[in-house]
Amino acid sequence: MTDNAAAAPKPPLISSDSAWGLFFLFPYVVVFAMFVAYPIGYAAYLATNLKAYVRIFDDPIYWRTAWNTLLFLLIGVNLKMILALFLSGFFALPHFWVRVLGALFLLPWAVPHIPSIMSIRWMLNSEWGMVNTLLFDLFRIDGPNWLTNPSYGLGSIIAVHIWKYLPFWTMILVAGRMAIPKDLYDAAAVDGATAFQRFRHVTWPQLKTLFLTSTMLTTIWSLGDFNSVYLLTGGGPADRTNTLATMGIRYAFRGADFEAGIVTMVSAIPILVPLVILLTRRLGKAGGRQA
Amino acid sequence: MSRILRAIGLGVLGVVVLFWTLAPLYNMAIMSITPINAIFAGKLWPDNPTLANYGIVFRQENHYLTHFWRQLWNSVLIAGGSLVIVLAIATLASFAVGRLRLRFGPFVNNLALATYLIPSAFLAIPFYQVLGAYNLLDSQWGLIFAVVTFTTPYAIWVLRNYADSVPFELDEAAMVDGASRWQIFYLVYVPLIRPAMIAVGTFALLHAWNEYLYAFLILSHETRVTLTVTLGLFRSDDAAPWPLLMAVGILYSIPPAALYFAVRKYMVTGLTSGGVKD
Repeated sequence: MTDNAAAAPKPPLISSDSAWGLFFLFPYVVVFAMFVAYPIGYAAYLATNLKAYVRIFDDPIYWRTAWNTLLFLLIGVNLKMILALFLSGFFALPHFWVRVLGALFLLPWAVPHIPSIMSIRWMLNSEWGMVNTLLFDLFRIDGPNWLTNPSYGLGSIIAVHIWKYLPFWTMILVAGRMAIPKDLYDAAAVDGATAFQRFRHVTWPQLKTLFLTSTMLTTIWSLGDFNSVYLLTGGGPADRTNTLATMGIRYAFRGADFEAGIVTMVSAIPILVPLVILLTRRLGKAGGRQA
Repeated sequence: MSRILRAIGLGVLGVVVLFWTLAPLYNMAIMSITPINAIFAGKLWPDNPTLANYGIVFRQENHYLTHFWRQLWNSVLIAGGSLVIVLAIATLASFAVGRLRLRFGPFVNNLALATYLIPSAFLAIPFYQVLGAYNLLDSQWGLIFAVVTFTTPYAIWVLRNYADSVPFELDEAAMVDGASRWQIFYLVYVPLIRPAMIAVGTFALLHAWNEYLYAFLILSHETRVTLTVTLGLFRSDDAAPWPLLMAVGILYSIPPAALYFAVRKYMVTGLTSGGVKD
């Protein structure tokens, strides 16, 4: 951990100048007040209506949704980050073809959600999708109903989420690996370390902090991953593959019950707020050019 | 021997990764050249590949796509508008937070950071209602402000972190020469953080271009929506002309993918100096 930027000595010449500060910050403060503070305040006010909690807690779909969200986070995030850690070792290799592959690998992240997830939706269609066609052509088996069976549906959602976001986190970890001093590996080589020992004693200790920060970040963002769910299964069949993000929107805009929608989102606070606080501290401290 | 095994292992891994990555994009591409009535055949390569679908799209000859060009223009307009506003607001704010010594600087910084961390989907409902209060529903300004709201915090964060690598001595020297803070901002700060501005500008552009949830919540009139909203309409209709959807999808994916490859170098700078580097 390097020094806090705020704690680093700054030249005294640009001294505290609140008037100029207000001038430069004014546009952002206006946007923040109008579009962040006011909505949050308004949501907090609506969320004091206890009847809305009773409404959603009485709805079995809500509990199904909460359970889905938990599974989505536990399986989706962990699988994605472990794969990212593994693949970052591959993409950090110095071969030319690996670099070309690395550029292609980032395509899912660069193309818009809508067409790519819709394409996957069609691929997973049990009758005329590419996946089941291939399964039948290659192995003579009838593939499952990827989207219309709730368990497979959630599994497909997780797969889409990983397809979309694995590249980004892999590249973040590649950047982390690149920043590890080469002489650490040289020293390990002199000691005759095996590949596993190199990872265990050099790579992992150097990468640990970045890995944990990334995992926390992606946990929050996965919680808000509306598109992978909504565009793939639409929360169906029978609302059994929703997560909190899609269900909240559904209560509010399909059910025309804004309060139920808001308290559905509010019910994610036990996961959301500790992570936001922890990360604000971590990233705030890490501000300033890193080692 | 073990060297050969390793090479084979890497090769296999590469093929698997490539297949996993490209399969959905390949599917999109072949669907876009499949004749509309042959789409249910489940072929890995269409029997009669055709570019006719693109022609139908360009001539707006399908009732889903009667406003194709207009909606494409809307996407461009909203992405461009968001880009300009995000860059302006975030550059100004990052200067205040990172270069001026302000009592409330760290507070604003943390506020922005916390906003950056909250998933935008979680604020969609109250945001929608507040837009109603501002009379900005079904207005493209409403969508632009949504993008600005959720992109600016990240932009401030990246710009600020990048700016820390610009020596304060430059500001000092300008001060000695009698420059005002505005001149320091304009003549010293902005030119030096340009690489990070390219990174966050690209981020804002891609974010606006790809935005779906807020676009379909906020915009409703078919001449005002972005193309993403129209693509979303196919969602609930398997009988819709999906080859046309995929043709539009390919067309819609090309600009962001090209932009991404063009500024890849800067993106890495932005991501690692801002994003998550710890």
